[in-house]
Amino acid sequence: MSARTGLLAGAWADPRARAGAALIAVFVVGAIAGPLLLDHPAGGFADIVARRFAGPLSRTPDGAWHALGTDRFGRDVLGRLLAGARISLAVGVLAALVSTAVGVGAGAVAGYAGGAVDRAIVAVTDAALAIPRVPFLLLLVALVEPGAVVTVLALGVTGWMTVARLVRSEVRSLDVREFVQAARALGAPPLRVLLAHVLPNALTPALVAAALGVGSAIMLEAGLSFLGLGVQPPMPSWGNMIASGRDALMIAPWVSLAPAVAVALVVLAFSWIADAMESVLAGERVP
Amino acid sequence: MRTALPRRLLVAALTVLLVVTATFVALHLVPGDPVRLFLGPGADPATVDATRHALGLDRPLPVQYLEWLTRFAGGRWGTSIAQQRPVSAVIGDAVGPTLLLVGASLLLTYVGGLLLGAWQAARRASRTDAAVTAATTLLYALPSYVVALGLVATFAYGTALWRWPAVLRFPAFGAAGLGADLLGPAARFTDRLRHLALPVATLAIVGVAGTARFVRGAVIDALRQPFVRAARAKGLRESRVLLRHALRNALGPVVTLFGLQLPALFSGVVFVESIFAWPGMGRVTVQAVLARDYPVVMASTAVFAVLVVAGNLLADALAALTDPRRRTAA
Repeated sequence: MSARTGLLAGAWADPRARAGAALIAVFVVGAIAGPLLLDHPAGGFADIVARRFAGPLSRTPDGAWHALGTDRFGRDVLGRLLAGARISLAVGVLAALVSTAVGVGAGAVAGYAGGAVDRAIVAVTDAALAIPRVPFLLLLVALVEPGAVVTVLALGVTGWMTVARLVRSEVRSLDVREFVQAARALGAPPLRVLLAHVLPNALTPALVAAALGVGSAIMLEAGLSFLGLGVQPPMPSWGNMIASGRDALMIAPWVSLAPAVAVALVVLAFSWIADAMESVLAGERVP
Repeated sequence: MRTALPRRLLVAALTVLLVVTATFVALHLVPGDPVRLFLGPGADPATVDATRHALGLDRPLPVQYLEWLTRFAGGRWGTSIAQQRPVSAVIGDAVGPTLLLVGASLLLTYVGGLLLGAWQAARRASRTDAAVTAATTLLYALPSYVVALGLVATFAYGTALWRWPAVLRFPAFGAAGLGADLLGPAARFTDRLRHLALPVATLAIVGVAGTARFVRGAVIDALRQPFVRAARAKGLRESRVLLRHALRNALGPVVTLFGLQLPALFSGVVFVESIFAWPGMGRVTVQAVLARDYPVVMASTAVFAVLVVAGNLLADALAALTDPRRRTAA
């Protein structure tokens, strides 16, 4: 059993990881199936006044039932929540993939090359860690039209540093191990030693950072959309849904509350999984 | 510290240089023409050229880069396109309120986080500890803008709606009430405190939750050490063992955490200032982005980095104070 399958199996034994995985599964299934199953009259705009701000678990005059109520335009909140889940989850996962890939690349090159290359990458990583992420994200989205693709890339290039640090230190400690020395002694070219022997064993701690990265990417995507700088209405995203309910907080709190709870639950789910993996890693090191 | 200081300052200066360079690269390498984005698609070519020239965007890139560096170092950050006044004035007005907000919430975060974490560590594995851990995990997972809206709904709208006593009704917008300038010093101070309450509470709630989780772990680790057993064997009271021996030794990692948390704190500031209309750096940045006011966006991103780097230097100095071993380490 490799270190990574051991990590995942160990984490799976932890109830936190299972609860987190179950929560994420619910959202993924909801995001895929929800918009197909929820059949609401598309012409909801015909009589906004009658349909708007219907409470959760209530019926609008046209007979449609709304589990989470309706918003100011009479749109079904649950339907928009699940449509928004597609965007929020996709942006979060893709952004975490981009940042993990950049981080693994930078960390592996730094740790394996050593010397001046290593020092340069470490300096850039440390500098990037000191940049507050949101203001820098704002700079990036200010330069292009806001949208989902830009958000993925911007989140990806601002979130790679933790992974890079972890992978670098792991690569450095693996570099002196016998099996790596053996591969080198057998005449394997440096790139092959790195890709086939060192890197697969260096990814374990990066998995924890990647799990946390998905949560924080979802939180930041919602934040950017909340500020009006991410996914643009009428396309629903959890962030712009929270923002759209802001001035109706007292008469229709569910409009903001439903997407806010969704963001919190997904972030919580990923942090539970990361916590469980972290415990396994910490347990491995304790004799 | 004496030997490490020049190195720290060099790293700090390098970091700021990298950020200032990154803002420049971002502005010039990203596809799309900032001048066109600012003026809109219908602008006539003469206006486009004039604006490009006014912003210095028609000169060769290396020249522009050197110019941006020297101008940034000299504090000459150009003129805000949207506000038609010097960028340094726009940002100068905003730094004070942001530092007030950040300082107040840091104070609460660390006092609250250290006490809560130590309190939990003292009764670890009990039911209250598990309940508090669940609560801090949940609060830490909540985005700051959600906490902020919850506080606004409760303490700005709710207290008025439910007729709670007026003391519990807090302003949700701005840094001072209308006509605050006309009040006496004492009343003005109270007015400022009441306006600070909700924004600071937002940042402190998230901060205390994160810090307490960390402090709890660090104190539990310290409680397992032999010196704690020695302190107990000497017959010291448990409260003294906890506060003077265990908590004090947990301070080192906590100070390191402070440096790591600063960038996240300044990110939270952006949301909190936008929601509460707090006239600080975050609000200025968001408004500049929405108005495509590039001189302000570039300068404020760099100033944010300078604030974080300064905070990190402060954390290093604190680390040297709390842990004598670090004074000579690089």
